[in-house]
Amino acid sequence: MGDGVLSPLLSRQPDPSAYWRANLRLMAILLAAWFVCSFVLGIFLVEPLNGVRVGGFPLGFWFAHQGSICVFVVLILVYAAVMDRLDRRFGVD
Amino acid sequence: MNVQAWTYLIVTATFALYIGIAWWSRVASTSGFYVAGRGVPAVANGMATGADWMSAASFISMAGLISFMGYTGTIYLMGWTGGYVLLALLLAPYLRKYGKFTTSEFVGDRYYSDAARLVAAGCTIFVSFTYIAGQMRGVGVVFSRFLEVEVHWGVVIGVVIVFFYAVLGGMKGITYTQVAQYCVLIVAFLIPAAAISWKITGNPIPQFGFGGSVQEGQQAGVFLLEALDALHRELRLPEYTAAFVPGKKSMIDVTAITLALMVGTAGLPHVLVRFYTVRSARAARWSALWALVFIGLLYTTAPAVAAFARVNLISTLHGTRYSEVPEWFKSWETTGLIGFDDKNGDGMIDMADGADELTVDRDIMVLANPEIAELPAWVVALVAAGGLAAALSTAAGLLLVIASAISHDVGKSVLWKDMSSRRELLLARGTAAGAVIVAAYFGISPPGFVAQVVAFAFGLAAASFFPILVLGIFTRTTTKEGAIAGMSTGILFTGAYIVYFRLIRPEATADDWLFGISPEGIGAVGMLINFALALTVSRFTRPPPEEVQQLVSEIRLPRERAADSP
Repeated sequence: MGDGVLSPLLSRQPDPSAYWRANLRLMAILLAAWFVCSFVLGIFLVEPLNGVRVGGFPLGFWFAHQGSICVFVVLILVYAAVMDRLDRRFGVD
Repeated sequence: MNVQAWTYLIVTATFALYIGIAWWSRVASTSGFYVAGRGVPAVANGMATGADWMSAASFISMAGLISFMGYTGTIYLMGWTGGYVLLALLLAPYLRKYGKFTTSEFVGDRYYSDAARLVAAGCTIFVSFTYIAGQMRGVGVVFSRFLEVEVHWGVVIGVVIVFFYAVLGGMKGITYTQVAQYCVLIVAFLIPAAAISWKITGNPIPQFGFGGSVQEGQQAGVFLLEALDALHRELRLPEYTAAFVPGKKSMIDVTAITLALMVGTAGLPHVLVRFYTVRSARAARWSALWALVFIGLLYTTAPAVAAFARVNLISTLHGTRYSEVPEWFKSWETTGLIGFDDKNGDGMIDMADGADELTVDRDIMVLANPEIAELPAWVVALVAAGGLAAALSTAAGLLLVIASAISHDVGKSVLWKDMSSRRELLLARGTAAGAVIVAAYFGISPPGFVAQVVAFAFGLAAASFFPILVLGIFTRTTTKEGAIAGMSTGILFTGAYIVYFRLIRPEATADDWLFGISPEGIGAVGMLINFALALTVSRFTRPPPEEVQQLVSEIRLPRERAADSP
């Protein structure tokens, strides 16, 4: 039996602790983005950001009423897509 | 055809649809009853979660609330959506991987303790009942306003419908009716929103019209939000887009309330259980995405509707002769949702701060929208059907959670461990039926405290469930003593603070509050106490047994256990 048959099996050897570390790193990045777009831009910095106008929106107000929700959707999209890849790469799917 | 005939037609048609779906998806097993046989596709579950989540309050009241709060409305907008990020990243895939039927079951097994299981089941029942009373009331109110039926008959009709599909179809029936209800409610919300956006800003997409400019009248060409701020200055009110100015909530309070609502969302049992119904941990992640997409559609439209309605209200009513008010004013005046009291006797409506001549119920912003935008009668009827869909779908989801907590967590897991599946299914149907009747009673004669505490279900969920679930997944060493101490202290602290400032000293002001945090936001502090206590107590108690630590390692991997595979 040659390497050609075994290598796909070997590369799919599950490595739970590496998988978990990769998952935690991804989570930390996404949760930091979650915090920044909602609490930092939508609440803490809303007053200075309201001095900036984008179209008809004061920027801080826009984050508080629209932008944060759009970012939340993107964050979950990135999470689900990257986790699919991690599942496959670490052979835990 | 007039509005009432259309309303009867559309409401009857949607009810027939829900019952048809329930009949088609009736179940005969406990797995079907509790978790829809775990076969719900991710997109369908996303829609069902959207309907489950968006209640009568989201559909009817939220846009109006934001309309009066301006910037501060962000506590609902971010608070009721941001939790889905936490849910997707921290809870949904792992709870789905663990499987079984309820959240309390995970708590009981992970913390190797029936006491923890019962505390969790008790919190579930309490939180869900306070929430459901508001839904049944919402059903009654929609009936009474649109069909001129007494509120209590409206509640009875709603109860019969929910009874039919929750008891018969369990989670499966509820899931597929919720998919239909989501479609009804989102169409009913978006059509009037697009029409009013078109009318005021010339752009039919509300999210863009929100940032566009006013089409007609004195302020033609001015950006909508600038026009709104100018109108507010004219009325001596704080500007609509301004944050933290006198008369609005402080920064710390906005932060605490937003956090409490986010974390509470992620800890509400009727939302968590939706993620048990999909096929795998992977499907749970994607279904959280779909859920937020479907919820976000309404939640990004609502603040736009709020601003349009506000501009419209002020520019058509302020300084107008009472004898010349538009027709919708007269028709809604009879329902008591809008009222005029000519205090200075000049025959004109004065909306300035302190004049106190116009009283406006927040619900009118959504309910009267179709008439304000001069839409045909069938759209008004659709809004009624949408409000009913929002209320019924949430009520059904809550009922199922209550029934499972009683029949499964208290019955099967603690009291009668050797109960057969058939008997358990019978018990589950029986408790669902019982819970419907209790909910109907609360809807017809709501006890005073319910209205006072319903808004706090989130704070209680934030302070009890969320930390325990997160620690149960992300640490191996949190012990049962730590979990029970954290959960009970969190909920007692939050509950006591709410009861003290709502019922005992309702006249207290921000100066009296702890760090200036209102009772709505105190769940955020309760959550921190829960986390801190659970971690501290766990350091000084005996670590969890080996098999529990093994269980934690197991749920972190999405792959199904060998025993579960064919």
